[in-house]
Parts: sequence; structure tokens; C-alpha cells
Amino acid sequence: MRPVAIYSDLMGPDNVFAAIALPHLDAAFNLARWLTGSRADAEDVVQEAMVRALTYFPTYRGGSGRAWILQIVRNTAYGALKARRGERGAGHTGVDAAADIESIPDLADDPEKALILSDDLERMDALIASLPLELRETLVLRELEELSYREIAQITAAPIGTVMSRLWRARRMLTQAAAEGARR
Amino acid sequence: MSAGDCGKLLLLQAEIDGELDAAEAAALAEHRAGCPVCKRNEALLLAARQALRGATYHRAGPELLRAVATRIGAGGAAPQRRRTAVPWQGLIGFGAGAALAAAIVLTLLPFGRPQLVAALVDDHVRALQPGHLLDVVSTNQHTVKPWFDGRLDFAPPVKDLASSGFPLLGGRLDYVHGRSVAVLVYSRGKHLIELFVWPAKGTAGQPARSARDGYNIVHWTADGMSLSAVSDLEPAGLDQFAREWRQTP
Repeated sequence: MRPVAIYSDLMGPDNVFAAIALPHLDAAFNLARWLTGSRADAEDVVQEAMVRALTYFPTYRGGSGRAWILQIVRNTAYGALKARRGERGAGHTGVDAAADIESIPDLADDPEKALILSDDLERMDALIASLPLELRETLVLRELEELSYREIAQITAAPIGTVMSRLWRARRMLTQAAAEGARR
Repeated sequence: MSAGDCGKLLLLQAEIDGELDAAEAAALAEHRAGCPVCKRNEALLLAARQALRGATYHRAGPELLRAVATRIGAGGAAPQRRRTAVPWQGLIGFGAGAALAAAIVLTLLPFGRPQLVAALVDDHVRALQPGHLLDVVSTNQHTVKPWFDGRLDFAPPVKDLASSGFPLLGGRLDYVHGRSVAVLVYSRGKHLIELFVWPAKGTAGQPARSARDGYNIVHWTADGMSLSAVSDLEPAGLDQFAREWRQTP
């Protein structure tokens, strides 16, 4: 069996775009929701991003459609955050400037206590939401979208090494916060 | 290097994330065997993963799907710009071979409209919204098959593929391009496979696959039915599904 490129032959350009973009609507919304923290904002971001993607579509050169869409969603969300927060920037937390991956204090002597959290969905969500933006988006793309390091690097415009250290920081902070919470 | 990192920390994380190739993984395994730091970091990474299973995946609601579809001109109604309204015209132009073209035409003809693939993908996506997936929930083909009786003007074949690794979850009625179709829903791990079934004219046709990154579709015809399997499963997995379906009596 060989793949058949019937989309572009049988349908107009709009439908080709829809066939590429619409399957990733959930992923787009999930990312926008985690970045903006609000359902209404996320819906606005997704609509705007999809319209932008349609505009850029002639320059789309194949490859992962999901990564391409999510990249546009992410940029749109950053724009929305920036507008919301004024000129202080879209949550550039400078988290990568920290000295090394060990700079976060080590509190997680009981990482397994984090397990307790899987029963406490709201608290898990609150912990993720409290992560710095760069760590949050990297974690969401990896754990919820199950994207590869390479795709995450493309979407977040960061080198793969940065993606790796952000992932580690995010997981470490989360486990620590979870263990602290469980200890109380 | 500090107490929390033996120098292999990010490599260990990459291994747990499935990012290492066999050689890299083997090299790491040698180090890991005698490294207490790795052992501890592994526990932390696994705990984080476990905890994150509880994180909410926010899904787009049907209103957002409608709004986006409208704004990008794919709102289920006729697309605003279409290169051709005649499926034949497009088919003649593409050189994938007459046999494949014939298979696709057979598949497309019952609808007589060119946007079938997009319609099936849209439908699949819509069905993934909460509460839309199944009208009849049963892993038993002898429950699902009779459920369609009286609800459709044809009797869709229902097969149990659990022993091949594709358990049946149930079925639903759906409406694609103005006609009622049967949809059988199977699973493969965390992926869902939806098999759209409707009567077809013509003889049995070999499977033809169309693929657009996220979603794959395999169409074929057999026993007077047109079948289209739609899933985000990888192409090889979906091919296997089609093969198992065709081989199961």
C-alpha cells in the first residue's frame, strides 16, 4: 500500500488546510489553555492562530503538521500574554539564566510522595500552572502531547539542550512541590 | 558536578523519554548499573511521570471546532474555494496509477462528492469530543451488530478483533455527506480507530491509504460495503488493522 495524495488533487486548498489543521484542534487548545490559563483566552488564541496558519499555509513545506500548528499557537499565545501583561514581556522568566540544572534546592527526598498527587487532579493542575511559562510549555508538550525533543525545540524556538534542561527543571520542581504538599 | 548529577542526568531523562537509540541506551545502562545518583534521579523522573498522568488535557469544545471550521472555510458546508467540483478531473491529474485511482473512485462514488476524506477526519475529530463517541458501548460483536438493526437501511458487518490486539469498544450512527453510516470504534493502546461503513457498488477493492500527518485513513471495499478506517494510529498499525479485518471471517 502506498500513501495516496488525494487531498490536494480532490480538494481545494482550504480543505487541504482543514484536513491538516483540524485534527490538531485539541492539541492547539490544550497548549493555548495551559499557556493562557483561561478557557476564553485559549479559544481566542486558537481561532486567531488557525486563521494565521491558513494565511501562512502556502509556505508550509510538509513535516509534522502538529508541530507547525502548535508553533503558531504558541506564538499567538505569547502575543496575547504580552498584550495582557503590558510591555513587561510575555512571561520571560529568565529561568534559563539560572546557573545550572542543580540550582533548584533539593527537597525531593521522597519523590514517591508525588504519587499521592495523581489522585488529586486539581492540585496537580495548580502545580503545573504555577511553573514558569517556559518550563510549563515544555512539560505540557512533552507529557500531554507526547512530542519529541526535536518537535518541542521547533515549537518553542529553543535548542534541544535547553528543552532537556527545562524538562528536568519542570519535573524536579513539580516533584518537589508535590512532596512538600504531601508532607504537610 | 554536584551531588544531584553524576553527569548523566539529562541522558537518563532522555532514556526515560524514549529519545535514546540502542547504542546510547546501552552505554548509559553500563553506567547506571553502579550509579546511586542515577537510581535516585530515575525514581524522581518516574514519580513525576506518574503524577503528571493526573494532569488535565484540555479538549476543544464543539463550539470552538465550529467557529474555527467556519473561519477557515471548512464549516461542513460547501468550501468557499474549490479547485474542482468534479472528482474525476482531479483523479486524472494524479499519477499514482490507474488501479489506485479506481479504488479511490469506488470509495468516493457512493457519496459523489470530493470532500469525503476531510469529512471523515472531521467526523472522527468531532466524535472524540466527550459524549460523542459511542451510541452503543459493548465489546461484544453480538451486541453491537443487532443494535444497528432498524437504525440503518443496511446491516454493517461487525467483527471482533480483540485477539488481534484491536478490541471493539462499541459503535455509533453517524451522518456523513447526507447519508447515515455505521461507525465501529476499536482501540489500540491509547489510540482509537473508527471504521466507517456504508453500502458500496462495485466489486471488492484493495486498500488504499491516504495520510496527512496526524491522521491516517485506509479505504477498501468488500462484500458490497465501503469501509474507511480513520485513526491517529501510525500507518503500519492501521494497515495491520485493515489486514486483520479483511482476514477475519
